[in-house]
Amino acid sequence: MATTFREKLEQLGIYFCPFSEAVQKYPDLVQKYLGSVVPYSDNFFATLNSAVFSDGSFAYIPKGVRCPLELSTYFRINARETGQFERTLIIADEGSYVSYLEGCTAPMRDRNQLHAAVVELVALDDAEIHYATVQNWYPGDNEGRGGIYNFVTKRGKCQGVNSKISWTQVETGSAITWKYPGCILMGDNSTGAFYSVAVTNNYQQADTGTKMIHIGKHTRSTIVSKGISAGHGQNSYRGMVKVLKSAENARNYSQCDSLLIGDKCGAHTFPYLEVKNSTARVEHEASISKIGDDQIFYCQQRGLSAEDAVSTIINGFCKQVLQELPMEFAVEARKLLGVSLEGSIG
Amino acid sequence: MMLRIRNLSASVDGKPILRGLELDVCAGEVHAIMGPNGSGKSTFAQVLAGRDTYYVVADELSFQGRDLRQMPPEIRAREGIFLAFQYPVEIPGVSNLYFLRAAVNAVRAHRGLPELDAVDFMSRARDEAKSLGMDDAMLKRSLNEGFSGGEKKRNEILQMKLLEPRLAILDESDSGLDIDALRIVADGINTMRSVDRAIIVVTHYQRLLNYVVPDRVHVLIGGRIIRSGSKELAMELEEKGYGWLEEQAAAEGSEYKPGAKRKRDSAQPREKPQPSRKVS
Repeated sequence: MATTFREKLEQLGIYFCPFSEAVQKYPDLVQKYLGSVVPYSDNFFATLNSAVFSDGSFAYIPKGVRCPLELSTYFRINARETGQFERTLIIADEGSYVSYLEGCTAPMRDRNQLHAAVVELVALDDAEIHYATVQNWYPGDNEGRGGIYNFVTKRGKCQGVNSKISWTQVETGSAITWKYPGCILMGDNSTGAFYSVAVTNNYQQADTGTKMIHIGKHTRSTIVSKGISAGHGQNSYRGMVKVLKSAENARNYSQCDSLLIGDKCGAHTFPYLEVKNSTARVEHEASISKIGDDQIFYCQQRGLSAEDAVSTIINGFCKQVLQELPMEFAVEARKLLGVSLEGSIG
Repeated sequence: MMLRIRNLSASVDGKPILRGLELDVCAGEVHAIMGPNGSGKSTFAQVLAGRDTYYVVADELSFQGRDLRQMPPEIRAREGIFLAFQYPVEIPGVSNLYFLRAAVNAVRAHRGLPELDAVDFMSRARDEAKSLGMDDAMLKRSLNEGFSGGEKKRNEILQMKLLEPRLAILDESDSGLDIDALRIVADGINTMRSVDRAIIVVTHYQRLLNYVVPDRVHVLIGGRIIRSGSKELAMELEEKGYGWLEEQAAAEGSEYKPGAKRKRDSAQPREKPQPSRKVS
C-alpha cells in the first residue's frame, strides 16, 4: 500500500498509513480503538477478519483539523482462489473533519473468492466523517459463475456530542453482497446517514442496508436506499433503526426505493424498527417502480436513444445518493451504473 | 410535400384503430385534426412519432420524402418531428433543464451543429420559459414531476420552442387549460408558425382554433378522415357536434358503423365494440 501526499498530511498532524505501519508507529491509538466499534465476536466474518487480517488502512485526524484532501484507498484482489481480509480504522478527534473514499475492483476469475473486510470509524466530539465506497468487485459471468462474495462489516461510532458519520455507497459488483454499514449514535445531538445505490444484474444478489442505533439524546439519522435490479438479480434492503430508552427526541427518516428492469429480477425490503422511547419519531417510506415504456418513448421522442433514455432515468433515480459523492467520484459512479446495466434493456 | 400518408392502418392486439387514413401536409401549413373520443386521434399522433405498440400498415408514410417506417422514434425526432404529448410522463430526479439540454443537443448533433454550452442554453431556456409564463423554478424541478396539468402542457410547448421541429404534432395541448393558459399556449404555437414548418393540432374542441387558426380542418371518425375543409368546418362541428358526420359516413357505406358490432375473430371475443381506448 502506498500513500501519496503523505508529507503534506503529516504537517497537519494527520496520520494516514498502512495498518501494519500504524501498529508500529501509533500503537496507543491502535490499541485504544481497534475492535472498539466492531468487536472480534461481532459475527462470523468479523471474527475471521480479526483472526487473519494482515493489513489495511489507518487514519487519524487530530483535534480541530479539517483534512484538506479526500483520503482514498483502492483495493484489488489479484491472486486466484484467495480471500481478502483488510481492516480499516479511522479516528476523527474532536472538531476534526475527514472525507474518505474507497474503491475496489478485481479481475475475472471463474471461482468464487471471499472478501471479508472490517471497517471501523470513530468520531469524537464535533467531529465529522464521510465515508464513500464504490464497490465494483467482479460480479461473476452472465450465468452466475464466479464472482466475489463480499461479506463486509462496517460500522461507525459517533462517540462524541454533535458528531456526524455518513456512509455513501455505490455497489455494482460482487456475486453476493452482505453489507450493513451502520452508525452507533452515542453522543448527544450526533447524526448518522446512509446513502446507498445497489445494482444487481445477471445472477447477482445484494443484501444491504444499515443499522442506526440511537443512544444519545436528540440523535438523528437519515437513510436513503436505492436498489436497481435487472436480469435475474435480487436486491434486498435490510435495515434496522433502534431507538434506546436514553435517546430522547430521536429522529429517523428512511426512504427505500426499488427500480425493476425486466421481469425476472426481484426487490425486497426488510425494515426493522425497534423503538423504546416514546418521544422518538421514525418515518419509513418505500416505493417500487419499473422503467416504463412510456418514459423511454418520451425520451426517444425528444431525440435520445433508448440507451441514453434508460441511463437518464436511472441517474435520476439515483440522484439523491450520487449527489452525496465528491464530484469526480460521482462521474465515475454514473459511468459504472451504465456499464453494470449494459444490455439489460431489450 | 412534408408529410404524405396513404392508406394508413394501425392496430393494437388485433384491434383496428386507424383504418385507411389519408393525409397530405405541406410546409407552412397548420392542420387541425378533430374527432370524438376514441376516433383514433391520439393513436395517429403516436404512430407518426414512432410508438411501437401499434402494428402499422400503409401504402405510404413519408416525411420529407423519406419512409418514416424505416426510422426509429429518436431518428424521427432528430429529423424534426416533435410530439407534444397529451399526457407527458414524469421522470423523477432528472431536472427539466438537464433534460431539455440533452434533447436539444441530441437534435443538434444529428444536424451537424455544435453542442450548446450550459450557460447559453440556460439563458435561452429562461427567455422562452418566461414567454410562456413559467418561472425559473420550473426549469430546475424534476421533469414534469408534480407539475399541474397546465404546467405540463406549457412545458411541452417550451420543449417544442427549444427543439425547433419541422413538423410539430400537438396532441390535445389545450385540454385541461383555463382560458388564460390556453391563450399562452396558443400564442406559443402561433410563434412557431413559419413557412418551413408544419403544425398538426389534434383537438376535441374548436376552442383552441379560435386562437390558432388552421389552414385545413380534418374530421377523424372511426380511424379515417371522413371530411376535410377550411376553418369554417370547425365552427360547423362546434355547432352540430360529430353525430351528423358519423351518420353520413355510415350512410355513404363506410366500413365504420357507429354502435354496430364488428366482425370479430371468435377466438378473441371482446366485450365492447366501441374503440374507447385512450392512449396515454
